[in-house]
Amino acid sequence: MTTTAPALLTRLRGPLTFLALIAAALLLLPLLLEPFRLNLFAQYLCYAIVALGISLAWGRGGMLTLGHGVFFGLGAYAMGMHLTLASTAADPLNTTGLPQFMVWSGLTELPWFWKPFTHPATAIAAAVLVPGAAAALLGWSVFRQRVRGAYFAILNQALAAAFVIFLIGQQHLTGGTNGLTNFPVFAGHSLYSPTAQTTLYTITVLTLAAIYLLFRHVNNSRYGKLLIAIRDAEDRVRYLGYNPTWAKTLAYALSAMAAGIGGALFVPIMGIISPSLIGVIPSIMMVLAVAIGGRYSLAGAATGAVLINAAETTFAETFASGWIYLQGALFVLVIALAPHGLAGLTRQAATALTRPRTRTTPPAPQDTTTGSPA
Amino acid sequence: MDALITQLPVGLAIGAVLLLAALGLNFTFGQMGVINMAHGEFIMIGAYTAYVLHAWIGVNPAYSLIVALPVAFAVTGTLGWLLELGLIRHFYGRPLDTLLLTFGIGMILQQAARDTFGAPNVDVPAPPWLTEGITLGDIRIHYARLFILTLALTAVAAIAYYLNRSRQGRQMRAVIHNRDLAAVTGINTRRVDATTFFIGSGLAGIAGVALTLTGPTGPTLGTNYIVDAFLVVVIGGLGQLRGTVIAAFALGMLNATVEAWTDASLAKLIAFTAIVALLQARPQGLFTVKTRALT
Amino acid sequence: MARTRRGALTAATTALLLLTTACGGATTDGTDGDTVTVGMLHSLSGTMAISEVTVRDSVQLAIDEINADGGVLGHQIEPVIEDGASDEATFAERAEKLLQSDDAVTVFGGWTSASRKAMLPVFERNNGLLWYPVQYEGLEASDNIVYTGATTNQQIIPALDYLREQGHTSLYLVGSDYVFPRTANQIINAYAQAHDMEITAEEYTPLGHTEYSTITNDIARTEPDAVFNTLNGDSNVSFFQQLRSAGVTPDDTPVLSVSIAEEEVEGIGADNIAGHLTAWNYYQSTQTDANTGFVEAFTDTYGADRVTSDPMQSAYNAVYLWKAAVEEADSFEVDDVRAALDGITIDAPEGTITLDGDTQHVIKTARIGQINDDGLIDEIWTSPEPITPDPYLTGYDWAADLTG
Repeated sequence: MTTTAPALLTRLRGPLTFLALIAAALLLLPLLLEPFRLNLFAQYLCYAIVALGISLAWGRGGMLTLGHGVFFGLGAYAMGMHLTLASTAADPLNTTGLPQFMVWSGLTELPWFWKPFTHPATAIAAAVLVPGAAAALLGWSVFRQRVRGAYFAILNQALAAAFVIFLIGQQHLTGGTNGLTNFPVFAGHSLYSPTAQTTLYTITVLTLAAIYLLFRHVNNSRYGKLLIAIRDAEDRVRYLGYNPTWAKTLAYALSAMAAGIGGALFVPIMGIISPSLIGVIPSIMMVLAVAIGGRYSLAGAATGAVLINAAETTFAETFASGWIYLQGALFVLVIALAPHGLAGLTRQAATALTRPRTRTTPPAPQDTTTGSPA
Repeated sequence: MDALITQLPVGLAIGAVLLLAALGLNFTFGQMGVINMAHGEFIMIGAYTAYVLHAWIGVNPAYSLIVALPVAFAVTGTLGWLLELGLIRHFYGRPLDTLLLTFGIGMILQQAARDTFGAPNVDVPAPPWLTEGITLGDIRIHYARLFILTLALTAVAAIAYYLNRSRQGRQMRAVIHNRDLAAVTGINTRRVDATTFFIGSGLAGIAGVALTLTGPTGPTLGTNYIVDAFLVVVIGGLGQLRGTVIAAFALGMLNATVEAWTDASLAKLIAFTAIVALLQARPQGLFTVKTRALT
Repeated sequence: MARTRRGALTAATTALLLLTTACGGATTDGTDGDTVTVGMLHSLSGTMAISEVTVRDSVQLAIDEINADGGVLGHQIEPVIEDGASDEATFAERAEKLLQSDDAVTVFGGWTSASRKAMLPVFERNNGLLWYPVQYEGLEASDNIVYTGATTNQQIIPALDYLREQGHTSLYLVGSDYVFPRTANQIINAYAQAHDMEITAEEYTPLGHTEYSTITNDIARTEPDAVFNTLNGDSNVSFFQQLRSAGVTPDDTPVLSVSIAEEEVEGIGADNIAGHLTAWNYYQSTQTDANTGFVEAFTDTYGADRVTSDPMQSAYNAVYLWKAAVEEADSFEVDDVRAALDGITIDAPEGTITLDGDTQHVIKTARIGQINDDGLIDEIWTSPEPITPDPYLTGYDWAADLTG
């Protein structure tokens, strides 16, 4: 394939914009935003990482995961457990070596599954692998049975509900409703020094960029095309001799791992993880942010997550009750009128502006994963 | 065994509440494949209807509950009908989008209730003849629970009659089995869809009125029941009335008996686990409808 | 191709974000000219809004009264109101904003244990001062929090003393599954063991649970002398309705609740709960001059149908305690105010209260109340004298094992 100069330029424009964005995020934002706002922005980016995962599973693979809070939570708790232990060890007043909530719950020894989390490396590995393994197990067992569409969505929702009940009920092991918080120390350093916060922010930006590139690669691969085929006509893919189970399981697991990474980054930035952040409603909110940004576009999904969370903060600061109406209306309007989300709208606008070609947005893929019994 | 007997009325009672909450979904989700996340808010509106009749219009609490049942059915039925007319009918075949769409509607309805009635729970007094109970040996029967059970079973009977005996009910079943074929035979599928949604949403209103007897009446009332209600329909099998009935009572009994030997938190957790396990064995629920539609 | 446009989209939204996030960033000095900025951080949305909005109202009332009276050290109080949205993370985030962006000299806020635990590290690392108005599970004493509600030895232990005095020796414990009930029940168990009382059962239900038939039938069957209820919020409605259906009356088995105040009685229905008991430090019916004024001012401002409750009163006191401490210190600086806390005394609606500097809790009187048919609570027992706060229960031998 020969490339003319303008074509080359067009092809370079994407990567250049991408690099420019990362440079802006890394160099410009820390200068522009006061530390508190930068920290907020870093939180939004964590949700953007989760959104990338949801876009892969839902936009690409057609699996509506209404329980991504669980995977976000698994990653977050893995990191939270390590931070709790690290801060307990660094606390000169604590003689028991146990997190305070365990002492009050009458535990005298660290539960076995907490022990590996003394090492940061285990915690980081667990934050990625545990959500991945959990999703793979669940995914494999239900996809094999051809549970999909609405069933899968509701099963996921039940999973989120059950996970929260477990976390709250097993207070002596998990910190209960209070969750895990008050951990100022990571690897011997204060988590709240300006340097630590900027470092965390940088890591988050780079992680987001890396996962974006990885998932883009996945989407453009043969495997990505198979996922689309499964999303649009699973039975036909089966007739063609493919086994959709492993393909869907892989996408689901990758998506869960992204959520786990988002959660693991969220905890040191936010300083807390608790069941109320990962239940049924937060899980739906994660999906809605993706719907608004554009489920079929990775960049759209990530932008949606940042926008919705930023709007939440901004509007909650000014008017509380009105924001809920606005948010509800926004969800309804975007899903009703723009199934491709903001990304779709921008693309349409761009197409209309640049050249009046006939090629418009591809039609919304027919959602064949219907709830009607097959 | 002892526990099983004493827990029998409790399990039936929990089952009856689940059944009432899920019956409406049996129509909208079960029959039409529409996941209406605002269903919980319809339940909430039904409960507030009972409140309005008592507190604003001043109907005597001795029978305001009875008056509230048909009124709530009409109110939430109409709301559901409007929702179907204005939004949902454009989204048949996109159930996952409907789910998110109706979640947005639910948010708006919930906030509207909060702004109208205030955030605190309101008091809907039960009729004096329903506040007590009777003890038979080891078993305590609450009149309020007996009322809910009777109401749920009556509703089931009425629905069964409607689906199997009435003309419109049979049209509804025809549409579920094969929409195109039904349309070809002259059935107005648009009208059938609208009716189905009206009835399904109306049942949510009835559930709301009944739930004022056992729980708080507040803006978040619906969210307390919605996840469980969806599970009941999924376990029962979509579009299966008998499946929904059996699933509701099975889940109720499971919760009640497990709670008797551990606690309520663990009971819920065990129930969820059992459901996931069950769906392994029967991915389409306990009963499946043989659809003649091509997919 | 698609990539470019996505890139453009992202770039545009990033720019937009910069605008939105940068907007709220204008900082004001804590004491700017003749005003002083304080933060108010309660849930104005979400499940906890029910309770927390009432607390916000009474804090606002106190601020308005003080401003009308000339302010604090000649400064008018200017509150920055933030919404905790019933979500711990939001509480932490908003607290950070109040301290860093708004330079609030102090913050009034919080309700749930979870929200307090989430805010604690924020206040500690920014050296802020939080006034927390609700009775809680104890086992905490942060230099950066002043606790104006009761700790366990000012509510739960007096309640147990009362039950024991009344000859109730077997207790049935029911609570929501979270930290306050679990901690409270540990204390109750230890207390019972030391005082020859019997705990017949200890039941927990998930937050928001509505099915209490198993428990209420169990209470009816086992007939304990009393029920100690630490259920939270909505669950109380179901519990009392179903308790009544189970045929349990306050005469046979009184239920003593520690989380039901005047505000909650309305939603439960007075006829479902009349005759049962509560343990607090203040009731709307408490007979003091300050309370007459408080109730009058509150109903004048917010409507005659509004009631006042213990947490509302503790939040109201917090503002006056802070004012007194600031004036004592002659400074708004947190370190100075903290140093001045010990011994600050005010005439509060609940009676004369004094701050204990060691624990930063309030020395206050415990009161047992009985709910009447009008939905108000009548005082039926008062602790002989104001109780010194003891969040770690170090003054109780039987509690030695509890706090580790």
